[in-house]
Formats: sequence, C-alpha cells, structure tokens
Amino acid sequence: MSTATAQKKGFGATLWDYLTTVDHKKIAILYLVAGGIFFLAGGLEAMLIRIQLAVPDNDFVSAGLYNQLITMHGTTMIFLAAMPLIFALMNIAVPLQIGARDVAFPFLNSLGFWLFFFGGVLLNVSWFTGGAPDAGWTAYAPLSTTSPGHGVDYYVMGLQISGAGTLIGGINFLVTIVNMRAPGMTYMRMPLFTWTAFVTSVLILFAFPALTVGLFLMMFDRMFGANFFDPQMGGNHVIWEHLFWIFGHPEVYILVLPIFGLFSDIISTFSKKRLFGYSAMVFAVVLIGFLGFMVWAHHMFTTGLGPVANSIFAIATMAIAVPTGIKIFNWIFTMWGGSIRMTTPMLWTVAFIPSFTLGGFGGVMLAAAAADYQYHDTYFVVAHFHYVIVGGVVFGVFAGLHYWWPKFFGTMLSEKLGKLAFWPFFVGFHLTFFIQHFLGLMGMPRRYWKFLPNQDLDLGNLVSTIGAFLMAIGAVIFLINVIVTSVKGEKVSGDPWDGRTLEWSIPSPPPFYNFTQTPLVRGLDPLWIEKRQGNGKMTPAEPLGDIHMPNNSFIPFVMSLGLFIAGFGFIYQVDDKNWLIVGIAGMLITLGSMFVRSVKDDLGYHIHKEDLEKGAGSE
Amino acid sequence: MSSDQLQRLKPGQSPHEPEKATLEGKNKFLGFWFFLGGETVLFASLFGTYLALNGPESNTSGPGPAELFGLELVFIMTVILLTSSLTSVYAIYHMKNLDFGKMQLWLGITVALGLTFLGLEIYEFYEYIMHEEHTFTSDAFGSAFYALVGFHGGHVLFGLLWIVTLMVRNSKRGLNLYNAPKYYIASLYWHFIDVVWVFIFTVVYLMGKLGG
Amino acid sequence: MKGWMGKSRVLFLFGIMLLTLTGCGLPNLTALEPKGEGADVIYDLMMLSVIIMVVVGVIVMALYFFVLIRYRQKEDNQDYIPKQTEGNKFLELLWTVVPILLLVVLAVPTVQKTFMLADTTPAEEDKEDAITIEVTGKQYWWHYNYNGLEVQASQDLYIPTGERVYLKLAASDVIHSFWVPAIAGKMDTNPGTGNVNEMWINAYEEGVYYGKCAELCGPSHSLMSFKVVAVSPEEFDQWVEEMKNVNPDATPESESAQAGKELFNSKSCIACHAIGSSPAAAGPNLTNFGSRVKIAGILDNNKQNLIDWLQHPEDIKPGNKMTGKYGNTDADNPLTSEEAEQLADYLLQLNPTEITPEDAEAQ
Repeated sequence: MSTATAQKKGFGATLWDYLTTVDHKKIAILYLVAGGIFFLAGGLEAMLIRIQLAVPDNDFVSAGLYNQLITMHGTTMIFLAAMPLIFALMNIAVPLQIGARDVAFPFLNSLGFWLFFFGGVLLNVSWFTGGAPDAGWTAYAPLSTTSPGHGVDYYVMGLQISGAGTLIGGINFLVTIVNMRAPGMTYMRMPLFTWTAFVTSVLILFAFPALTVGLFLMMFDRMFGANFFDPQMGGNHVIWEHLFWIFGHPEVYILVLPIFGLFSDIISTFSKKRLFGYSAMVFAVVLIGFLGFMVWAHHMFTTGLGPVANSIFAIATMAIAVPTGIKIFNWIFTMWGGSIRMTTPMLWTVAFIPSFTLGGFGGVMLAAAAADYQYHDTYFVVAHFHYVIVGGVVFGVFAGLHYWWPKFFGTMLSEKLGKLAFWPFFVGFHLTFFIQHFLGLMGMPRRYWKFLPNQDLDLGNLVSTIGAFLMAIGAVIFLINVIVTSVKGEKVSGDPWDGRTLEWSIPSPPPFYNFTQTPLVRGLDPLWIEKRQGNGKMTPAEPLGDIHMPNNSFIPFVMSLGLFIAGFGFIYQVDDKNWLIVGIAGMLITLGSMFVRSVKDDLGYHIHKEDLEKGAGSE
Repeated sequence: MSSDQLQRLKPGQSPHEPEKATLEGKNKFLGFWFFLGGETVLFASLFGTYLALNGPESNTSGPGPAELFGLELVFIMTVILLTSSLTSVYAIYHMKNLDFGKMQLWLGITVALGLTFLGLEIYEFYEYIMHEEHTFTSDAFGSAFYALVGFHGGHVLFGLLWIVTLMVRNSKRGLNLYNAPKYYIASLYWHFIDVVWVFIFTVVYLMGKLGG
Repeated sequence: MKGWMGKSRVLFLFGIMLLTLTGCGLPNLTALEPKGEGADVIYDLMMLSVIIMVVVGVIVMALYFFVLIRYRQKEDNQDYIPKQTEGNKFLELLWTVVPILLLVVLAVPTVQKTFMLADTTPAEEDKEDAITIEVTGKQYWWHYNYNGLEVQASQDLYIPTGERVYLKLAASDVIHSFWVPAIAGKMDTNPGTGNVNEMWINAYEEGVYYGKCAELCGPSHSLMSFKVVAVSPEEFDQWVEEMKNVNPDATPESESAQAGKELFNSKSCIACHAIGSSPAAAGPNLTNFGSRVKIAGILDNNKQNLIDWLQHPEDIKPGNKMTGKYGNTDADNPLTSEEAEQLADYLLQLNPTEITPEDAEAQ
C-alpha cells in the first residue's frame, strides 16, 4: 500500500487499517515507529544521565530520579527500542528474502506487536504515576522486591506483557522460515539475514520463558506475598540472578545476531561479491547461538558461585570469541577483491567492524573470571556492552533502515544527510564509551548517581558527556533525514542498490501480496544469479493464479489491551483489593478475545487472477 | 482452497492426516511444537526454582515435603491424568480415520478425567491450606510448591477450556480441514501437560516423600 | 570524501590515546596501580589479555584498512564485477585455530588465578594467626567484626600489611559489593545466611585505600564509600588492643562533649550506634569515630561537616536509615545548632586509639 493510497483513504481509515493490519510490511512499520519513539525516550534518559555525570558531585537530578533514569534507560533501550527495531527489520525483510507472501501466522504477528506495544506503554506510564522502576534494568532482588512504591510493579507487568509478544514473534519467524520458503530456497541458500533471524528466533523461544518465570516469581513476591527472593523467609535471591541471566545473556545475541546477518548482506551487496565463507558464517551463527546459552553466569562472577563454576563459565565465554572472530575475518575477506561502494548503509557497516571488534576485546577481557573481579559492575562493563550494543545493534539498525527504507516506504533516505548523521554519531560514540573502560578501572562503579571530586574521574566523565551530545546530534540529523525524505516522497525503483537477494526483485514498496508469482530460486543470491546468468528477473515457480490472503483483525489489539488493563489491576490491588476486579476484567477481555478468535472462522480471502493481471497490486 | 476447508470430512475419505493437509495446518503443527519447546523451558525454570527452595533452609515454617505429602491421592491423580492422555490418543486416532463422533466421545472422556484430576488437586491444596498451614505465603518452600504445581494446574484448566470450546464449536459441523489441526494441537498440549505431571510426581512428590 | 578513512581516524585515535595517557587514575583508588596482592595478580592477567587483544587488533585493523583503501570502487571502474569467491578452507581453518590457541594462552592463567583468589583457607602454619573479618554491607555503610579479636568497627577497615586477611562477606538488607580496587577485586555481599562469600585481601604497603560499593543498592549507592586502613602488623596489634579495651562509658573531658553524651543517650542514638565491642547494630559502630577518614563515608572529617550531617542527613545521603530517627518533632531540622554542636564534640573526641589513618598515610 503506497502512501498516496493511504492519503486518499483519510486519517481514520488509515488508522483503522494499521490497528487491524496483519500485513508483515505494515507491522514492520508499526514496530519501526513504536521502537523509534521508545528509542528517543531512552536516548533522552541517557542524555539526562550524562548531564548528571558531566561534573563531580552534581545535583542536576536527585538520587531517586537518577536510579529511575538508569533503570528505564536500560530497560527501554533493550526491550522497547532494540527489540522492536530488530523486529521491524525482520518483518520487512525475512518474508521477502525467502520469497513468501507473508509470515506463517499473520494474526500472531499482529498480536506480537500489540503485546509489545502495550507492555512498553504500561512500563512508561510509571513515570506519571508516582515513579518509574528504580532497581536497575537487571532488577536484582531484594532491592527490587523491597523497592517502595509501584515502579518495579510496572517493570514486572510491562516486561511480562511485552515479553509474551516477543515470544510469539519468535515462534512466528521460526515457522515462517521453515515452512514458507519459495521453491529452491534451501537452507543453505538463505540470505545470512534470514539465517540469523532464524537463530535469533530459536534463542527467543528458549530464553524468554526463563524471564517469564523470573517475572512471575517477582510479581508473586511483590504483589501476592510469596517468598522466593526473601532470605528471611527461606528464599534465595540468587535464583533471580540465574533466571534473569539465563534469559539475559541469550538476549544479547538475540539483538546482535540479526545485525550480523544484515551486515553480511550489506557487505556482500556493496562489495559486489558473494559472501566469503558462507557456510562458515552460518556455522558461526549457529555456534554463537548455542554457546550463548552456556555462558549466563559470567554476569555473576562476583556473586560467589565458586571457582569451579567461574572457571567453566569463563572458558565457555572465551569460546564465543572464536565464531565471532570467524565472522569478522569473513566480512573483511568478502570486501577483499571487491568493488566497495561507500553508501550510507555500507558506511555504518564499515564503522561497525572496528567498533564491534573493540567490544569483543572487552568481552574476552571480561570473560577472564579473575580479572572480572576488577571489571565487574564498573564503567568498564558499561563501556563494553555499549560497544557491543551501540557499536553493533544501533549501527546495524541505522544501516538496515537506510538499506531497506525503500522496502518500508518506497523512498530513499538522503545519502548526504545519512553520512552527515553518521559522523557525529560515530565520533561521539567512541568519545562517550572508549574512555569509560578507563573510568571503570580507575575506580568508578556503574550506576553511580554522582562521583566525588578529587578522584581523578572528572576529565573522563566530561569527555564522555561531550561524546553523548555528539551522538544526540547525529540522531537528530537522522530524524531530519526521515522527515525530509518523507516530505519529498520521491519514489524509487525496486532495486536501487543493485541488490542480490529476493527483496530487490519486487517493487518498492512491495505490493501487499509481495510476489505476484512465487519465484524460483536457483542458488545463493538468487537475484544476482538472474542478473548474471538470466534476464535479470526471477523466473516464476508457478503459473499466475489466485492468491490467498489473510483477513485483517482487531482482535490482537483488544487482546493486548485486556492485558494492559489487567496489569493496572494487579499493580494496584496491593493497595486496595478492589483493584482485583480490574485485573480480572482485563483478563476476561483477553480470554474472551481468545475465545472469539477460536470459535470464529477466519478463512481469509482471495485476490483473483484477473485482478492481478489488471495490476490491482501494483498501486 | 479456503472455503473448501470447511467441507465436512467423512470416514473412508482421504486425507489420512487431516491435521497436516493444508499449509495452515502444517504451520500450526510446527508452530505448536516450537511453543511446547518454550513451555519446556518455562517448566524447567520452575522446577529449578523448586529444587532450589525445597530444602530445610527454605522451609522456615509449617511441615516439610516428607511430612506434608501423601502418595495415595497423588498416585490416583497420576493414574487419572495418564489415562486421560491415553483417551486423547484414541480421539486423535479416530480423527485420523475421520470418525468425528468417536473422536468427540473420547475427547469427552478426556475432559471428564481432566476435570477429576483438577478437582482432586483443588482438594489437595485445600487440605494443605486449611489443615497443614502450608500456604503460598508461609515460606519459600510453600511459594515454590504452589508456583510449580499451580502453574501445571493452570495449564490443565486452560487445556480443558480449550478442548471443550473446540468440541462445542464443532459439534454440529463435524471435522474439516480447518478444525482438524486445532484438535490435533489441543491434544498435543494435553500430552505435554501429562508429561509435565510425570515430572512433578517424581520430583515433587516421590523425591519429597522418599528423599526427604 | 577522499582520504576520510586515513586522516580523521588517525587523528581521532590519537586523541583518544592522549586522553588515556593523561593518567591512570588516583593512586590508592585505581586498579591500574596495584597496591595489593589480589589487584596485582589481576593486573597481570589484565595486561596479558590486553597484549593478546592488541596483537589480534593490529592484524585485524591492518587487513581492514588495506581492504578498505585498496578495494574502494573507482570512478572509472563502476561496472567492474569482481570474482565471486566462495571462500577458502585454509583461511577458515587458520582464523579458527589461531584464536583458539590465543584463548588457551589466556584461559590457563585465568583458571589458575580464579582458583588462587578463591582459596580462602589459610596455610597450615598461618592458621593460628590468620585474621578473619566478617564484613557486612548495609544501606549505606560497612560493618566489620574481627573474628576472635573481640573488635567491632565500621567504615574504616584496619588491616595489617603484608599478610592475607580473610573476609566473610554478607549483607543485612540488599546486595552490596565490596570493592577496594587498589588492593583486590570485588565480591558481592549477599543478604541472608545461605550465600556468605569469602575472599582475602593483602595490602603490600601502609596506606589508606579507597573502597566502594559496586552493586546498586538504593539511592545512596554511589555514596557508600569506605576506607581500608593498612598499618604495620605491630601497629595493627596495638590498634586491636586499644579498640578492645575501650570504655564506652568514659566521661568526656569538655563540658560540651559531656552534654553531647547526654544527648547521645536521650536522643536514642545509642539504640542504633554501639561504642565499644558490642555486636553489630542498626547503625555504624562509633568506637573510633574521631579518627574516621570520612564522615558518612564521603565528607571530610571536621566538626562543621559532622554538624551538617547530623542536622541534614537526608540531603547528604538520600535514603539513609538515620533520617527521622531522632528529634521527631522537626524532621527537617532534628537538632538545634547547639545540640548538634554538642553531639559533634562528643563524637569527635571518640578517639581511643593511637593508631589512626594519618599514621598509615604518613608512610
């Protein structure tokens, strides 16, 4: 659906369209917009943190507010910005890359989005109802279980709801990739982005339930008098640490693996070369995913698990450096002998390699358990994970948005503004975080509301804050780029980058049914093969025929809204048991929606062959 | 294809595996297996929590596992739930033969057994709470016990509601390619619940009684 | 755009180097100037990993810049189609095996040192004399119970130099983490009795070392500072003797301090704060308060700061447990200036030991 048609339809109709859509491309846009807004919120929180830490002994924000800011910055960036932005990229690209008309479960795709969205909104409502959560994004008990007010309750309910959405999304992509590939698209012909989306979905599937249980236990402790984490009543708070990190470590790979895949596609496209060592790359991704589950306790080296556990987890963690190294070398060798075009997506990608390598170095250093006794919970760790998450995920999201913007909106982001946004962000990023490694070693623990004067920490912190402002400038230029591009609205062809994979074989934006005829895939980089050996177009794998499409549905929205309402009920029944009614009412709305979904037949509809011939989809 | 899916399937007709005859069916089938993979992690986490909190140091008030549990009732519950798993197998067997009536009958028996199980579980909890001072809030052991067994009970309840909904919804129109996958994955869910219970019986009750 | 890769990046990296070379941080605080055995052991491991990383980094970056400069698309050659290489088995093997070997080089000392640092059983011949201290983290201060020595102290941890002092770490409320970067790595203090951690610290030389809480524990997490005061073994023994023999009821000399002592009782300060060797209470032990390095962990130890702290604890350490515990009539100003002054006089003369942080610092 092009913007022109949307404008014709009027605002109300467009809104309704998006509230009920099950089209993966529109859901991608929803993820993009929601994730983008949360990213700005998280960025604002980050700026306030850096302003507070610009000078020693600062009183810009109070201690209580500061703890809320760091908690919400971390939680928002991980769960409400990085996750949905990755889902936006996966939604726009995966079905197109495998030659599918949609995901396996379009209804669940929509449900996943709305659950995430309402969970995120619920979490942020806490700012206006007496205080946001303040126990850190890791919410270690007993600080979290004893935190006064309702902040942490919002954390528990918000993440529970949005986590359910993520889990659903993960299952959806798994089935999509297994069952919906076009003829000839074997596993070893899938673009790396699809491969990494697949592995990431496996990680989501096996990691998120641990968080679900952890959050349930915390909810029971905080709201229903249970004693899981209360040492006085026989509980053990270390259980939370385990559950959180059994989820939390794979989560890092959930975020970064799709970005690895995306960079692989981009490097290959803009070097005009096939990905070097494709099977090694696939193997490395699978291995990273597998090892990702074996290393969670490296976040707990100082918890006191003993030298045996610490050593095992240290070695397992170091092992991850090997497949990651394989990837770095294969990327460099993909460019080797190529014809490198330094477009904006490629610029972000090229910047990613050294940044992420530094992040990886920090990772190996942290893996050395004994040495971690110095690094742990200091700015060294802060520096490390920002190198990985900003230098990896955020750079990747920027690259991916520039790369796939045509598939999202049918327009191209300005290359000039794109590069203009890149430089301050890139320089600011290194300025902000490189020095933090040293701050940590010089004795600055993380999550410090203020650092005291005369401890030689002033200069490093000031530099870091200046860097943060440069990053903010870069982000603002990117936003300007988005606005300028959409105001101009210049249409772009289906294949503006001289692409290699299937998404570039169809128009930008693609028609709502994606492929008029399912393409026949003849190898890795199918479009490239057709460009070199064929007529530059995909050969259809089927005659032109009716296309079966799913119906739009409002039920996912209502189902998620029910849980949103129930969340308030559970949070406030602590003060007044009458609120339980609200909780139950919310649950009934959700269960009722599930019931309606179950008993009402939803068979979808057909686009007829004749309409396709007339070009109904090309609008 | 789509409206054909609503056509009633009768015994003797093809296909033999109606649950996997359509792409939607295949997707549901695979997706549900993945979902059960996630559920496995969920219960594994709950088991882990329980095992960390069932020792004497977590049992700060009220009776411990060895004094609390009686194996007779739990054994009966186990037999009932295992039987219900078997009856749901019969139901799916008849579904594959496209014999709707017999499928509904066996599912009905499954539901009856499931309800009995749930009733006994509620009775068990009632006894613990009313007569043994073993509650959700009494100590960490209590919290862990009710969380694990209660999550399972919640799954049983949801499974029952699901199967009953399917049975009532389709009672008039019979089996077709649209609802066959739904029946099939509901039965998968029921088996999963059953397997989890076997672990609960072993880890919570047997080990609690004999090991403690 | 020509040459952007070369120039701006080199400049940029150079800038970063300059910044980092300006200093390694404050001595006795920074982990980069080890002053104790644990920190030393860790520093060596750190440097080993840095060397390995630099070697790898140089290789990767050399390849990276070469590729980027050499294989940039040329204006006149935009239609060039490179050879579509599939890969190279030898190279894949090379960059799998070499990193594994490098990691083994790092892993062996890592495991060795992890076990070494975790070895909290004193050697057989030292068993009798080994000092074990129970460290308890509380919102937002630290308490020390010297096992077998009948000494209780808070905030300033006195230890003898040149020997391993064993710590048993726990918390009374939420998780804290005990960290003295210049002497040793950190260890969490867990609440409850089931997760007590052990570690040892060994300061090479006399001095006052900065200690910090490294696990988020509430609003004043960043203010939960403490000091480790390392003194010679003889001085330490003397300190123990003096601490042990304190008379908590000794009458202060000055009149003002005597009035302060009255207030200490009448305002129920005594309900939370022990003086002498009675066991841990809700507030810090004040036996040697007069010689504390800092007041409340963060303020210079002088009378005016103490008066401020007594009158406005919440402004200085948000969320502390002392706010509102005395003089309930006026929460903002629980003590009159006169009362605060008297209390301060009393507290500052609590100085029973000849061994003070100044001795350690003077070395």
